[in-house]
Amino acid sequence: MIAFLVRRLLQAIAVMAVVALCAFFMFQFVGDPVNQMVAEDATDEDREYLREQLGLNDPIPVQFGKFALNAAQGNFGVSYQHKRAVSTLILERMPATLELAVTAAILAALLGVPMGVYTGLRRDGFASKVIMTLSLIGISLPTFLIGILLIYLFAVILGWLPSFGRGEVVQVGAWESNFLSASGLKSIILPAITLALFQMTFIMRLIRSEMLEVLRTDFIKFARARGLSNRAVNYGHALKNTLVPVITIIGLQLGSLIAFAIITETVFQWPGMGQLFLQAVQVVDIPIMSAYLILIAFFFVIINLIVDMLYYVVDPRLRVDQPTGGGHG
Amino acid sequence: MPKPSNQALLSVRNLRIEFPNRRGILVAVDDISFDIAPGEILGVVGESGAGKSLTGAAIIGLLEPPGRIARGEIILEGERIDHLPYEELRKIRGRRIGAIFQDPLTSLNPLYSVGRQLIETIQTHLPLNEREARVRALELLEEVGIPGAEERIDHYPHQFSGGMRQRVVIALALCAEPRLIIADEPTTALDVSIQAQIISLLKGLCHEHGTAVMLVTHDMGVIAEAADRVAVMYSGRIAEIGPVQEVVRTAKHPYTHGLMGSIPHIGHHVDQLTQIEGSMPRLQEIPTGCPFNPRCIQVMDRCLVERPDLQGVDQSEVACHLFDEAGLAAGAGE
Ligand SMILES: Nc1ncnc2c1ncn2[C@@H]1O[C@H](COP(=O)(O)OP(=O)(O)O)[C@@H](O)[C@H]1O
Ligand code: SF4
Ligand SMILES: [Mg+2]
Repeated sequence: MIAFLVRRLLQAIAVMAVVALCAFFMFQFVGDPVNQMVAEDATDEDREYLREQLGLNDPIPVQFGKFALNAAQGNFGVSYQHKRAVSTLILERMPATLELAVTAAILAALLGVPMGVYTGLRRDGFASKVIMTLSLIGISLPTFLIGILLIYLFAVILGWLPSFGRGEVVQVGAWESNFLSASGLKSIILPAITLALFQMTFIMRLIRSEMLEVLRTDFIKFARARGLSNRAVNYGHALKNTLVPVITIIGLQLGSLIAFAIITETVFQWPGMGQLFLQAVQVVDIPIMSAYLILIAFFFVIINLIVDMLYYVVDPRLRVDQPTGGGHG
Repeated sequence: MPKPSNQALLSVRNLRIEFPNRRGILVAVDDISFDIAPGEILGVVGESGAGKSLTGAAIIGLLEPPGRIARGEIILEGERIDHLPYEELRKIRGRRIGAIFQDPLTSLNPLYSVGRQLIETIQTHLPLNEREARVRALELLEEVGIPGAEERIDHYPHQFSGGMRQRVVIALALCAEPRLIIADEPTTALDVSIQAQIISLLKGLCHEHGTAVMLVTHDMGVIAEAADRVAVMYSGRIAEIGPVQEVVRTAKHPYTHGLMGSIPHIGHHVDQLTQIEGSMPRLQEIPTGCPFNPRCIQVMDRCLVERPDLQGVDQSEVACHLFDEAGLAAGAGE
């Protein structure tokens, strides 16, 4: 277990180093930051002074070393556009994105898993066929279109829910939350559904196909032959065996929910990191872009680590590795 | 035609299993009848595709759709069970009829300890609490010869070897002391060196508990070793059924003759026999008359048109026109 964890951690660090390198080279190749920072009519001396100040004249490896060290400490420099520390900007925006992504993930799992189980067990039922057909729509409609349709229906026509923004947020320490006010709660519904829809259909179809697979296995036949109740067979034995792939996918999906919240945030003018990133791209604000890249990679790596550890909990084949004979687990 | 005897534990009457498909209906098991007496081991042999597994699955009510029992009856201890609703049959499975399948490596759920799977099965059928069920699980593991049961009970399937896993599977089948066990090729997937051990374990346990076994196998050696009676299946029908000594020593049906061409020993598969030319016909291509007629060296005109029924010869029953005269001579009538 310890060896496994250490190995995983080393891999994670390697991944982060590669991502940091990419982020670093963004500075090297995408425009000259000095141009972004000085006035149009700055003299060459002004520019040279700034280069020296920013350490842009150091050898590349030294620059990367400094960059990585700073990044590891959460220091990503100053935004060209906002003239404020990138870390502060991102921290301000992070709660909005995380709350949206986590709400969407919970929604997707809470609805997707039971529907997947149901359609897997009642493969030929009428309701299953209806769900499967609808899920095709969920998978094929682009997110922004779903968002716009939802806004049109619930905000414009029915007027039940707000069409943009986070509503009233409540400050808890440094965290701004949507969950503590009625208007905040109302505001998160549409964006969360929009973001969740694709993941939900995805999870549902995944669980369904995994269930169909597992139900064909010998140990399920043997469980039936032992006279176990349908419930024990379907949930205790079959569903549990779908968990390993499902945990992987849900984990990875949470990562992509955070990453791809960009579109939803844009449609709903949700003040999250995605929106910050898009604005940064428009003005080539490289410190924000590289920080965002590193942060998203960091989320993926962390989620992967958690997923790997969950495998250990679910699958005893990974937990204990002595094959036969005695010995204590 | 054998008559249902009133002391039979299991009685299969005129069982027919079909698979409807778009082109029509495939008949995989066609009008077979046999009895199993309490405590008896009935061996069932035949080439792969003969319908052995389907017969076993039909008895425990686990035919997979679109497969279905199209005709016939399955009678357990005098009670007809082939028409029971799923839930009623479920209570019979494991409790009154146990099952053992071919591959011990895949019969157990990899995510649960063997103890958990035993306890779950015990509690499904017997009114025991968790602790009592665990005690029973331990006894069972010891009974099937797993050393260090106390410790092994909390191990997971992947920590056991193939032979040990098949012992666990046997323990699972015995959990609620069923009167009958359907063992579908219980040793085929195992190492030859372990096959004999598992067969003698199964035989010993069933003898002790008075459990009857329908022992499906490819392996004539296993039959000779363990069975009291043997049914030879061919193309979804019974070619010959009778006491094992008689069938092995004085095979009557030409097909059985071919099977018995050499002295059977464990590890000797019927599929490997080359004495009989050709192979069993596919379901779509079963010839009229006797299904064995394309391969039979003693084939007669009537074999091509008239299907032979089982008829008594000595202690056995044989489905072959060669014995029609004998049947008449014995006064069976027309
Ligand atoms: N789902 C199915 N659809 C059509 N035919 C099937 C199906 N399952 C089994 N069969 C056919 O039934 C016959 C008997 O199968 P089986 O009982 O498994 O044979 P055995 O166990 O004797 O090897 C085979 O010819 C097989 O092709
Ligand atoms: S009935 Fe005819 S074809 Fe069939 S086994 Fe007997 S002799 Fe051969
Ligand atoms: Mg078979």
